[in-house]
Amino acid sequence: MLQNQRNASRSRDRKGWRVAWFFVVPFLFFYCSFLVYPAIQVAYLSLTNSDIAGQGRFVGISNYVELAHDGDFWASVWHTIYFILLTVVPNTLVGFFFALLVVRLKRLRLAVLSAFFLPYVLPVSVVTTTALWLLDANFGIISYVFGAQTAYFADPTWAMPGVAVVTIWWTVGFNMLLFIAGLHNIPVDLYEAASLDGANAVKRFFFITCPLIWPVTSLVLVLQLILQFKIFDQVYLLTLGGPYNSTMVVLLYMYREAFQQNRGGYAATVAIALVLVIVVVSALQFRLLNVRRTK
Amino acid sequence: MKTRRFPILSTVCTMLTLIMALLWIFPIYWIAATAFKAETDTIALPPKLLPWPPNFDAFIYVIQNSPIFRWYVNTIVVSVSVTFCTILFSLMCAYALSRLEFAGKHVIYAALLVGFMLPFGALAIPLFMQMNKLNLVNSYLGLILPQIATPLTVIVFKQFFDEVPRDFRDAALIDGASDARILFGIFLPMNWSITWAMSIVTFIGTWNNFLWPLIITNSTTMLTIPVGMTQIQSAYGIAFAKTSAIAVLASIPTVAAYLIFQKRVTQGVMAAAGLK
Repeated sequence: MLQNQRNASRSRDRKGWRVAWFFVVPFLFFYCSFLVYPAIQVAYLSLTNSDIAGQGRFVGISNYVELAHDGDFWASVWHTIYFILLTVVPNTLVGFFFALLVVRLKRLRLAVLSAFFLPYVLPVSVVTTTALWLLDANFGIISYVFGAQTAYFADPTWAMPGVAVVTIWWTVGFNMLLFIAGLHNIPVDLYEAASLDGANAVKRFFFITCPLIWPVTSLVLVLQLILQFKIFDQVYLLTLGGPYNSTMVVLLYMYREAFQQNRGGYAATVAIALVLVIVVVSALQFRLLNVRRTK
Repeated sequence: MKTRRFPILSTVCTMLTLIMALLWIFPIYWIAATAFKAETDTIALPPKLLPWPPNFDAFIYVIQNSPIFRWYVNTIVVSVSVTFCTILFSLMCAYALSRLEFAGKHVIYAALLVGFMLPFGALAIPLFMQMNKLNLVNSYLGLILPQIATPLTVIVFKQFFDEVPRDFRDAALIDGASDARILFGIFLPMNWSITWAMSIVTFIGTWNNFLWPLIITNSTTMLTIPVGMTQIQSAYGIAFAKTSAIAVLASIPTVAAYLIFQKRVTQGVMAAAGLK
């Protein structure tokens, strides 16, 4: 009897092994072909002088040496960091602020939430079209209302802050959703107990809401950080890196090296640099998520 | 309790919230309003706040004089295929990772977690070369294939499957059900809402994807809407009603998907961020 069961389970295991691979293989095929293979390929390309068709020879680490001395590359790194400074913290704060506004509503809650979130589902080219139209120097309604005819995206001082504002308008809804979920997870009795002890609304906010929302805040900050390192679409559409390269960010620099300068190998080196930074930041994200789970 | 003590403050706060919300969607209203104006009215000063009576010239012009219909078809084909394949393959893979024992399981999961960190933009160059060699530049397959392998969907489904009690599968196995039947007959219906949520989020994400279609297509007939509309705009020059009309047409599917499936979109976005 026992023997029979054991035999049955062993044959099921062997069959199970085949079944399991049948389930895994379709996804794995795509994963290996279009993620693992290109990932290995990009590392190899960075050691070659390939053009964009992939023709070239091995040149060792000379791309990395060139990258370390490439003023344009470092400029693009600084522009990316500048963009991160302009977006990550403000986007998180605005998201938190909107979440606070939304959670206290009762009747109009869904409408207000949708209004703040709606830009997030728009294609990026619609977002930039909207921005270019509203901010048009001559006919834009914002120029009309404020009476200043600034061509924001053609002005080296205003171009990057302009891109940052557009990005915040577009993506803040995402942060808001995470904060709303976080605010719902704060037990109501904490607030009630604090009120009974005589804490006013301001104190309740700073001593209950703020510390208890911190795990969400740190998650949002890291997610934003990863996302904004990869900034490409908005700059490509709004400024193409200009004026005078003032908005040339890392990914756009990679794109230009690859598809306009026809330097696939060197562009791959830029990509590797970006990957390294993002992997470090992502490791931070995993830590945050794990810490929250184990709590 | 706040409301009881400061009713006026609360009302003021609500008013401010409403004003903020209106300001926030004003750009969307404005681009929609512009699309329904005659070209000369768009640059009239002071601006006309309400496009009344609505003027459909811009829409008619755009539909008749641009490949927008073709781009719509392209984007639908790509988004639907990517969504269907991603969800199906991810469900299968997640089921195996969550419930089946097999060699290499932990390696695969670890590989997914690592792959999750790799930014798509950094892989764009070798992917383009690969597609170029396979002769898939300017083709549906070239647009679709690289967008299917998103580890995030698998990770999310696995987390949900992990919470299904063991007994469900054990009982079904005793009844003689195959794993395929267990996945599609028990696990899928039990996790219907997250599956929908991930499908809609994947659909919106693919529809809106910009970088990959930009790289892999250059012939006018193979563009997707988000990339195609930028071409047309540079061709039109200053024609605010027409560019707005295209923008409106380009966003209808994603905005509709959001407004209809609001709860699911919220759920999907949260799950993708690591919150349930």
